[in-house]
Amino acid sequence: MGKVLVFAEQTNGKLKRSSMELLQAAAKSGNTVVAVTFGSHAGDVTAAIGHNGASEVHVVKDASLDSYNPESYTANMVAIVNKVQPSIILSSASSTGKDLFPRVAARLNTGVASDCTQLTISGDNVTAVKPMYSGKAFATVNFENSPIKIVLMRANQMPVDAADTSKTANVVEHANAATDLKTLIKEIVKGASEKLDLTEANIIVSGGRGLKEAANFKVLNDLADVLGATVGATRAVVDAGWVGHGMQVGQTGKTVAPSLYIAVGISGAIQHLAGMGSSKVIVAINNDANAPIFQKATYGIVGDALEIVPKLTEEFKKALHH
Amino acid sequence: MKIFVCIKQVPDTETKIKISPDQTGIDTAGIKWVMNPYDEYAVEEANKLRDANPGSQVWVLSAGPKARVVESLRTALAMGADEAIVINGEGLDNFSTAKALAEVIKAEGGMKIIFTGKLAIDDNASSVSQMMAEFLNVPHTTVVSKFAFNGENVTVERDVEGGAKEVVQMMTPAVVGANKGLNMPRYASLPGIMKAKKKVIKEIEFSSLNIPASDIKVKYSGMTLPADKPAVKMLSGDSSAQAAELVKLLRDEAKVL
Repeated sequence: MGKVLVFAEQTNGKLKRSSMELLQAAAKSGNTVVAVTFGSHAGDVTAAIGHNGASEVHVVKDASLDSYNPESYTANMVAIVNKVQPSIILSSASSTGKDLFPRVAARLNTGVASDCTQLTISGDNVTAVKPMYSGKAFATVNFENSPIKIVLMRANQMPVDAADTSKTANVVEHANAATDLKTLIKEIVKGASEKLDLTEANIIVSGGRGLKEAANFKVLNDLADVLGATVGATRAVVDAGWVGHGMQVGQTGKTVAPSLYIAVGISGAIQHLAGMGSSKVIVAINNDANAPIFQKATYGIVGDALEIVPKLTEEFKKALHH
Repeated sequence: MKIFVCIKQVPDTETKIKISPDQTGIDTAGIKWVMNPYDEYAVEEANKLRDANPGSQVWVLSAGPKARVVESLRTALAMGADEAIVINGEGLDNFSTAKALAEVIKAEGGMKIIFTGKLAIDDNASSVSQMMAEFLNVPHTTVVSKFAFNGENVTVERDVEGGAKEVVQMMTPAVVGANKGLNMPRYASLPGIMKAKKKVIKEIEFSSLNIPASDIKVKYSGMTLPADKPAVKMLSGDSSAQAAELVKLLRDEAKVL
């Protein structure tokens, strides 16, 4: 058995669900699980990291690591990897994970499999499955010439069991390894919403042309508020300027995999279906019974979205508050 | 100033994917190939930068099977790029591609800014441009929706999770990964297309780059199609009944609430 190193991400001192998935999967493999976390909030998550299966957690508490800088994160990650000597590294395919680990892989002369949806760890070996062509096919990734196998997993692909509070991790502190940065983060402009990013959301409510005008996204926002969902959109709606590109779901937007995807007024262009097709349960609401979206859907409602969605919001309110 | 753009050729988003008989890849017969959509923003931004800086040149690069990859290079030339290089190779992974691009850019010399798309829509990996930056030992920022160059430094706006944005300053040379929203890519003009047809595309064999076989780090196998979905369950009744039924199904049958 070897060591699995997990990059533990946090938001304001709270361990991300996607990191819990990875820690627990690593722990189940029987390997020694070592975690890494950065920033002035690092100390807030070490307990949770232990509860989820790591026996050791390496932290760099420097406040300059509170926001992601590719150079400083790469320098620190590589320094810790060289100390820990893992055979496998796991990270979420989050915007940080996807940016950081190709750099780490290049520096360590090893391979990285990005955007994977299935993970099998057997001793020191890893096999991963990743969607290709936005889920129109699935490929098995085999590592070659890779002393360390780096796998970046999409969020919400693996179960998360209740944390075991009897387990703790030994904390190892490091000084910041980064010097002489050529990249400077000058300003961070906060997002409009505090909701989970589409790529991490467990429930997504998404709107298309069938909503008729930008103002009607309000009915989706209301529904999303009740469900604790993130709001998405189709390319047509983004191109029309109704909402920003960050909300676009599809082959030229975000590829998502929530437990529940509610498609409202979306006819289902092939590029959109590719981006949301791996959602576990898909609800389609559209006034055209022949819309292609119904071929992907689990449940379908033919009708006027603007009439049905507010009623759904009321029903969810009742159901979730009892 | 030399501005480089690295592009990838990918199956058109409309393409139906079939698996090759040996199940290690896709059946490429009948596939329409296009320039990766995010790379169009990269080409456009390079053209704009060139136009604003007289004496500059835009060089487009792509690695892959020469016979088809040149098509996307011609598209870039038709959009206004000045020169194109194809690195002819088969079976390259992200690591070896990044190394090849970095080697060729180093050999061509004098690069100031390198544009790429933020990711390629075929493997959705977003890794080549970061690895290339690392091999070139230059800074890199991706998911960029705003770009400015003051002759010395680059300032970009980067889209991060949850709708947040970061303003990032990089010393040059630097690599910039383009996101949608950065610009509106120009269409290739007819004169542009005619001119692109006549251009000589420089050919470099991957095998001539002295990149060891051990620089291929991952291989795909066992390519499969997604499993068929069970048929949709259509709900009936008026909108109130449909709404109530749906909530019940999501809770009791699908168990997602």
